[in-house]
Amino acid sequence: MAEEVLVFGTWSSPYGRRVEMALKLKGIEYKYIEEDLTNKSPSLLKYNPVHKKIPVLVHNGKPVAESLVILEYIDETWKNHPIFPKDPYERANARFWAKFIDEKCLPAIRKACWGEDQKEREKAAEELSKLLQFLENELEGKRYFGGGTIGLLDIAANMIGYWLGVFEEASGASELLTREKFPKLFNWANEFVSVSAIKESLPPRDKHVAFMRKRFGMVNTSK
Amino acid sequence: MAEENKVSLHGFFASPYVRRVDLALKFKGIPYEYVEEDLKNKSSLLLKYNPVHKKVPVLVHNGKPIVESLVILEYIDETWKNGPRFLPEDPYKRAQIRFWASFVHQQVFENMVLILKTDGEAQEKTVKEVSEKLSLLEEGIKSIFPEGIPIINQENVGLLDILIVSTFGSYKAQEEVLGLKLIDPEKTSPLLFSRLKALLELHVVKGALPPHEKVVGALKFMRQNALNSASV
Repeated sequence: MAEEVLVFGTWSSPYGRRVEMALKLKGIEYKYIEEDLTNKSPSLLKYNPVHKKIPVLVHNGKPVAESLVILEYIDETWKNHPIFPKDPYERANARFWAKFIDEKCLPAIRKACWGEDQKEREKAAEELSKLLQFLENELEGKRYFGGGTIGLLDIAANMIGYWLGVFEEASGASELLTREKFPKLFNWANEFVSVSAIKESLPPRDKHVAFMRKRFGMVNTSK
Repeated sequence: MAEENKVSLHGFFASPYVRRVDLALKFKGIPYEYVEEDLKNKSSLLLKYNPVHKKVPVLVHNGKPIVESLVILEYIDETWKNGPRFLPEDPYKRAQIRFWASFVHQQVFENMVLILKTDGEAQEKTVKEVSEKLSLLEEGIKSIFPEGIPIINQENVGLLDILIVSTFGSYKAQEEVLGLKLIDPEKTSPLLFSRLKALLELHVVKGALPPHEKVVGALKFMRQNALNSASV
């Protein structure tokens, strides 16, 4: 039976890349469609009429939207290389931290790098430090958030594992995630981007830095 | 063996987020201890169980805390496999339900809270937005149940049903406090409204929703607080 898997995304979005990371980890073949968000394709609007956003996964013609919903769908559909623990408590834990990253960490990262003024950026950096400490503690005794191998939470934390570094470089923000402040998280980030399925799913770094710098500016000049 | 399957729920009577968990436990017939929190004076236990957000609801199962209402609902469904299954078996249907659950949680409910906390133009704008979201939700419900929604009973209640009751169950109190209808049974939400009415007839739901006057009091208090702190 021929299986068709499509992924609608944009090259620089961490959300779309999450979906690709999960599919690559499981060795699932898919066709990637790059969207221009200033000129959304009729397919995207058809497959995600509610939010009109990426990513969207289309499996044999049936669309799934929202990156965390897609990750769970992928794990439930292709059972090899599971990315989600079996124990309900550990699953609840992973879901909790994934939401924490999306709802709390991402806005703080954006503000810390590109907030309106220095004061706002400093305040956001302080907030981000507190948030990252929680994640640092989560890594106690673990190589990855998923334990011995990459799991759903590692993929959900891709923004911290890779995008944060790009944003820092592009905006000139002083190092928000350092080995000194967050040794476990720092180490995790390096391990994370070395996993081949992850490495293959990352945007090209120089292009990415240049793109973010052009789009948002290099606002932090003091170091 | 008294400690086995010890369940407690830390909550606040007027919180719809807590209501979701309360309903889930009752639908599954899980015995639990309820701990009412004073949100202006949070217990040290609450702060220990939810150091990140310091909020209710918190479910504690055999000493281990689980927080965030939607996370708790899935935990309950996966841990107690008796009673109604809140999510179906099929991965695609599960994805659809999770998508719409997130939609009701973020797009609908959080905007309803804004409506309560604002007035004038800001409120009008949000009321329009909620009306649009409810139209989308109506379409969403149709897409999940293309052959029509099965008749509700206590054995087939699902995740979306729990969200619908907790979000709209006190609709009469909401209408009284706001002086406007949020959920329109004729124009935007015939399916949603008929589902809500059927759910409100269920024995478990009748026992779980707080009395009308208490909800009116709580909503009035929240609204007054928000409007007072907003004005200069």
